[in-house]
Amino acid sequence: MELLHALVIDPIGAIADNPEFLLEVVIGGLLTGVMYSLVALGFVLIYKASGIFNFAQGVMVLFAALCFVGQLQLGMPLVMALLSTVAIMIALAFVIERVVLRPLVNQEPIILFMATIGITFFLTGLGQLVWGGDVKTLDIGLPKDPLIIGGVLVNEFDLTAAAVAGLLVAGLALFFQKTSIGRALRAVADDHQAALSVGIPLKTIWVIVWSVAGIVGLVAGIMWGTNLGVQFSLALVALKALPVLILGGFTSIPGAIVGGLIVGAGEKVAEVFWGPAFGGAIEDWFAYVLALVFLLFRPQGLFGERIIERV
Amino acid sequence: MAVLAGTDGAARPDAGGALLSVNNIEVIYDHVILVLKGVSLAVPEGRIVALLGANGAGKTTTLKAISNLLRAERGEVTKGAILYRGERVERLSPNDLVRRGVIQVMEGRHCFAHLTVEENLLTGAFTRRGGAEIRRDLDLVYRYFPRLEQRRKSLAGYISGGEQQMVAIGRALMARPRMILLDEPSMGLAPQIVEEIFEIVRRLNRAEGVSFLLAEQNTNIALGYADYGYILENGRVVLDGDAASLRANEDVKEFYLGLSASGRKSYREVKHYKRRKRWLA
Ligand SMILES: Nc1ncnc2c1ncn2[C@@H]1O[C@H](COP(=O)(O)OP(=O)(O)OP(=O)(O)O)[C@@H](O)[C@H]1O
Ligand SMILES: [Mg+2]
Repeated sequence: MELLHALVIDPIGAIADNPEFLLEVVIGGLLTGVMYSLVALGFVLIYKASGIFNFAQGVMVLFAALCFVGQLQLGMPLVMALLSTVAIMIALAFVIERVVLRPLVNQEPIILFMATIGITFFLTGLGQLVWGGDVKTLDIGLPKDPLIIGGVLVNEFDLTAAAVAGLLVAGLALFFQKTSIGRALRAVADDHQAALSVGIPLKTIWVIVWSVAGIVGLVAGIMWGTNLGVQFSLALVALKALPVLILGGFTSIPGAIVGGLIVGAGEKVAEVFWGPAFGGAIEDWFAYVLALVFLLFRPQGLFGERIIERV
Repeated sequence: MAVLAGTDGAARPDAGGALLSVNNIEVIYDHVILVLKGVSLAVPEGRIVALLGANGAGKTTTLKAISNLLRAERGEVTKGAILYRGERVERLSPNDLVRRGVIQVMEGRHCFAHLTVEENLLTGAFTRRGGAEIRRDLDLVYRYFPRLEQRRKSLAGYISGGEQQMVAIGRALMARPRMILLDEPSMGLAPQIVEEIFEIVRRLNRAEGVSFLLAEQNTNIALGYADYGYILENGRVVLDGDAASLRANEDVKEFYLGLSASGRKSYREVKHYKRRKRWLA
């Protein structure tokens, strides 16, 4: 009886009493979810184009944010620091292609996965060596005031972050659908060999996707860093990306985005309304339970690619 | 086990002046598996040359050695030379070769399933710049394959096998090639569609001046459209000659066309050549 109260009656009562509060919680969660989406998007890009599960995606977020904040602290103007970090992420993509991917071409996926674990340790070490291991605050002057919109409380910063992420995703969608390189990326994702046969150079494509994943990581890193400070725990955001990927499907860009939003909103709602029943901290594991449920009932994810088979 | 002995009297095309010449190449997969054991052939400019042979004879391997898709399969040319317009090309990447005008249409079509027909065609122009010219070539491809224009917005994964073969050829044309390496265009297609595709190949050859090296198991149709043919067995050329003389050759009739002096052979009589079943056209 007590359990019934804690699991059903109390939360539903709380929601019914104050639906606006539910809306606030959902919106707050969605905005966190945008960050998850960005990290998951980086995974999906690399996975689609090269079949590599990039364990280093989370640390790329950290590394990009570290480079950015480090250069700001050295007194570099904002735009310069931004451009220079983008350049660093592109250079990193070149190095990874040359040193890791090219020698390992045609190897088993598990070997490439291991290689990305190597990249993870390398970038963690390099980042700390160059920029130090202390927590850095990142403030690029984004507004942070709470706003009341239609009776609902939202944070101005969260809105900005969502807008930036939205623009980024729209830009990527245009890039993939409308440009020759974007088309080539999708072609490589479909059929490596055929892409090679029409003269699409895989090495160039890999550099491009790793660069794009690095830049997406930078945007995510700036947003998270502004919220939480730039510190090692940023890399752990990647751990939240895994359930997002299971929800959305590993090969689906819309899946990464929707999956991130669902996980973000879901875990906040669960924490606020069901947290008391479990003694709190649901937020930390809710996403994994959700992912587990998906693995059992819909292993290809929400948007897992339709497999086209035809002879 | 060379079933076919010796070459007949037909003159080999002059390798010196050929658009493409393959000289005595050896190909090894995975550092140990020797697949081609000294293959030589030539494709003169403006011709259709057929490369014939049973399953596993080495046709695809030969084409991939030329286009250098071999490297992506851990294969390697370990001996001999491949010359395209007089230039050694064994070390060039597929991208370099496409830029020079050599492109392969792979066995099994390999369309990009999640791209539309038109997007598939446009990927063929990846190595080119200049939107207006590419548009014009797209129209040209649609003129050769009117069916593709009707289906231009369909996902390539959902169109018929014949249409996919057309996409694969059209996609290669978008690279503006001088030479197409066409691997088993008849595979899995109804005879009528096969005929339609070969007719287009012939028109492309005559009107656009594209040279073809055509790997086929369907000897009958290939020799109907080619100028010259090579027969591969176990990684070696065992016979070559112009198409008419190959068609008239008794061994070819018996083993590759399913005919013998006494007329068409029944399946039962050639049972011990089961491996070649698909040859019986
Ligand atoms: N990637 C590879 N690794 C190892 N061996 C291979 C590889 N590809 C082909 N082979 C071997 O090389 C030989 C020739 O194969 P190839 O595909 O060139 O024959 P083919 O004449 O095209 O046959 P088919 O008519 O069946 O397409 C076969 O014995 C095959 O098993
Ligand atoms: Mg073959």
